[in-house]
Amino acid sequence: MINPTEYLPKSYHTRVSTYWWLTRWPYLKFILREASSVFVAWIVIVTLLQIQALSRGPADYAEFQNWLRNPLVLLLNVVSFFFVVFHAVTWFNLAPKAMAIRLRGNRLPNLAISGPNYIAWVVISAAVAWILLRG
Amino acid sequence: MANRITLEVTRYNPAHDDKPHFETYEVPLRKEWVVLDALNYIKDHLDGSLSFRWSCRMGVCGSCGMMVNGVPKLTCATFLSDYAPGPLRVEPMKNFPVLRDLVVDTSDFLVKLGKSKPWIIRKVEKPLDEEYFQTPEQLESYKQFSMCINCLLCYAACPVYGLDPLFSGPAAIALAQRYNLDSRDEGASDRMDILSQHDGIWGCTFVGECTEVCPKHVDPAGAIQQYKLTATMEWVKSLILPRGAE
Amino acid sequence: MLDISSHDIVLVGGGGAGLRAAIAISETNPQLSVAVVSKVYPMRSHTVAAEGGAAGIHLADDTLDEHAYDTISGGDWLCDQDAVEAFVKEAPLELMRLEHWGCPWSREPDGHVAVRPFGGMKKTRTWFAADKTGFHILHTLFQTSLKYDAVTRYDEYFVTRLLVDDGRVQGVVALELTTGKIQAITAKAVILCTGGCGRVFRFTTNAAICTGDGMALAYRAGAPLKDMEFVQYHPTGLPFTGILITEAARAEGGYLLNKDGYRYLQDYKLGTPEPQPVLRTMELGPRDRLSQAFVHELEKGRTVEGPYGAVVNLDLRHLGAKTINTKLPFVRELCLKYEHIDPITQLIPVRPVVHYMMGGVHTDINGATPLPGLYAAGEVACVSINGANRLGSNSLPELLVFGARAGHAAATYAAEQKSTGRHLLAQAVDEEARLQDQFLQKSGGREPIADLREEMQKIMEQCAGIYRSGEALAGAAGKLHSLQERFQDIRLDDRGHLFNTELISALELSCMLDVAETMAESARQRTESRGAHQRTDYPERNDEKFLAHSVVYRDADGRPQVEYAPVTITRWPPAERVYGK
Repeated sequence: MINPTEYLPKSYHTRVSTYWWLTRWPYLKFILREASSVFVAWIVIVTLLQIQALSRGPADYAEFQNWLRNPLVLLLNVVSFFFVVFHAVTWFNLAPKAMAIRLRGNRLPNLAISGPNYIAWVVISAAVAWILLRG
Repeated sequence: MANRITLEVTRYNPAHDDKPHFETYEVPLRKEWVVLDALNYIKDHLDGSLSFRWSCRMGVCGSCGMMVNGVPKLTCATFLSDYAPGPLRVEPMKNFPVLRDLVVDTSDFLVKLGKSKPWIIRKVEKPLDEEYFQTPEQLESYKQFSMCINCLLCYAACPVYGLDPLFSGPAAIALAQRYNLDSRDEGASDRMDILSQHDGIWGCTFVGECTEVCPKHVDPAGAIQQYKLTATMEWVKSLILPRGAE
Repeated sequence: MLDISSHDIVLVGGGGAGLRAAIAISETNPQLSVAVVSKVYPMRSHTVAAEGGAAGIHLADDTLDEHAYDTISGGDWLCDQDAVEAFVKEAPLELMRLEHWGCPWSREPDGHVAVRPFGGMKKTRTWFAADKTGFHILHTLFQTSLKYDAVTRYDEYFVTRLLVDDGRVQGVVALELTTGKIQAITAKAVILCTGGCGRVFRFTTNAAICTGDGMALAYRAGAPLKDMEFVQYHPTGLPFTGILITEAARAEGGYLLNKDGYRYLQDYKLGTPEPQPVLRTMELGPRDRLSQAFVHELEKGRTVEGPYGAVVNLDLRHLGAKTINTKLPFVRELCLKYEHIDPITQLIPVRPVVHYMMGGVHTDINGATPLPGLYAAGEVACVSINGANRLGSNSLPELLVFGARAGHAAATYAAEQKSTGRHLLAQAVDEEARLQDQFLQKSGGREPIADLREEMQKIMEQCAGIYRSGEALAGAAGKLHSLQERFQDIRLDDRGHLFNTELISALELSCMLDVAETMAESARQRTESRGAHQRTDYPERNDEKFLAHSVVYRDADGRPQVEYAPVTITRWPPAERVYGK
């Protein structure tokens, strides 16, 4: 089917502002969520550097720990920690939306999918913390 | 509660305006009035030249979508008293070209809707004396996505559509998914070819505002993410099993 | 600005009937080019608001004759029985066709299409899609129609007149809303599918767009309107807004209670109250009798005084949350939103509201009007299968059955036509000039559109309501005529071309005034009471004189002239309408 109007009216195209994401809180939350992946990447890099320092011996590792105590690095890591938590929480909350699993005709509630993720997160974090802090 | 409220309404007539501007109107504030009642009051008693779309005034035809204080709403289902003491701002739906006052050009959506092939696709149709049996569970699986009234509030809320007008958009994709999930349909692969593209489902970054503003709880964001999951599975399957081995 | 295009068939209106006709034409003869010209995008058509269901025999113990009898008796014997017989036969096939096109009919646990009881029907035969049947039917039809390349849509084009030459209809003149351009569309046949005219009244379930445009177009072109005095009041509309609360609420078992909590319908020969709904009894009686019962309760002082006038209460509490949420979710949503009431725990205030127009453009069993080339289908038409009162859930299948019939008939007719008239372009130019002179270029004008419209609505509400009297109707006819004269002095704030909705409102008002005049005059001349037309001065049915359709033509002075035409009776001779047994 085609609409044959050929005479195009003069319509007004509102330009989307570069700061569209500041106009409403849901948009800002979205951008922060997306930006959190940068901080997740940073934590991965720190972890890799940590592993590298560990493999090179105690002297290198001590230097690495000193670097971690640098106020700027510390601030960045604290901020990153909050963003990683934000990232994980938003991810776990969104996951059920993508999966419509039905049991006996009724859709599983969101908590049935996000719940196990949270539990696994807590359990694994606790296990890792116990291993690392034990010694 | 005061008995008057002020509305700031976008006015634009391409015949003599370069761009839209606001005009202020004062209308009665009645507790049973919705924003649409206020707009009709303005048109009937204050300024007959105010143009806007409306029809059913019960939230089922999808005509009256506008921005109310920056949020896409059906003006027939938005109560004036929720904005008291006001003023409240009524603008045409975002992300669409403005034709006149509160009226936007939605023809782009009609094109995208057609591209989704929103009809039952079958190799062989059953004759009229045979029913396609569909259990209530099968009906449930797509029912939510069939509730879309095409009000386009989701397009007004979607920043991707605002920045990239080629994006198919929430309603068009949700409708495709509605047919994909319908047990009577056999056209999922046809639609997959069309929609599993950069401007199709992969343009969506799951902002999720479309679902938030949807007045019929269709959850288009959910439809798109589910579609992405299906598309990914299909892609993995196509790597493992070559085409024709289905 | 004038543009001209040409198609084989033009459909005016893109709702259920229009889209079904378009599909029918494309399937019968894919060579024919079809134009669907609608003043709104098709999915905004008022079919979308229908809630309850669509009737078609389905269960093993149901028969065509019973559906026919229910319809004919429901219509107080004013229905053309040959049309009814064709209708009840084709209705189930059309509904099944929709099922094949993807309509999400509600189902039984075993996968069969489910049916529910409905008012005035002795057997259970109403197919439904939750309580948004019209919405699902319209969207299924619209989406299916997108498959056909031969169908061209003219969205947001308002048809202002029919092109008539050589004694036949050969197209339309339409105003393109977006640009103000006049579009002449020539065709070999035109099918009107523009719906009803509820907005002629103050208080209606109908949307803003239901302004009787097609009826006025036909009337002005010389085609007659039929049975215009028969206006259906739906018993349960919300106060203030007039929003429809579907009959399905009563079919599922809702009760109507007066201010004493009494199921008052038992006082009006509608049977005795049972806890479960009984077909053709009490709350499942026909709509005209239920609305009339309200008026009697009001006169007895037994209605509830609400902030917007008298109401009665619809009680759904005993149905339980599960039934309400599965079978009546939209009803619950509407009550919560517009009345801040939860039907699971509270009573819903309701009152009769204007809902449907039994009358309309006179057509035969194939949708053809006496004017060659002009067809009509749906609420705009009067075949008549609804007679003096329509049964709930007969209107949606009517769109499908007669949309398809008119489509086929128009396709056959169009294929036979060769030449087009020579005066069509001149007529289009005249129309453009008329719109300029009468509306856009005219300065001055002292009558605001809203004032004239409100006066018309008030007159109709008072004089052509559920109960009418000869005196009030004569007064109404006179007042409406003076409104027509005042309309010549209409005031427009908006004289531009671009998306001028004020001009459209004015054009719609002129259609409504024409239609209102025919309604008042037809009602004044029918001195009997039948179905939805109740005269306080003539309270009995008079089969001797009035077992006939009123047919109204526009005379040379523009005034309605009423004649009478016989009703086709085949197998069901007129009898008494009995409910409650």
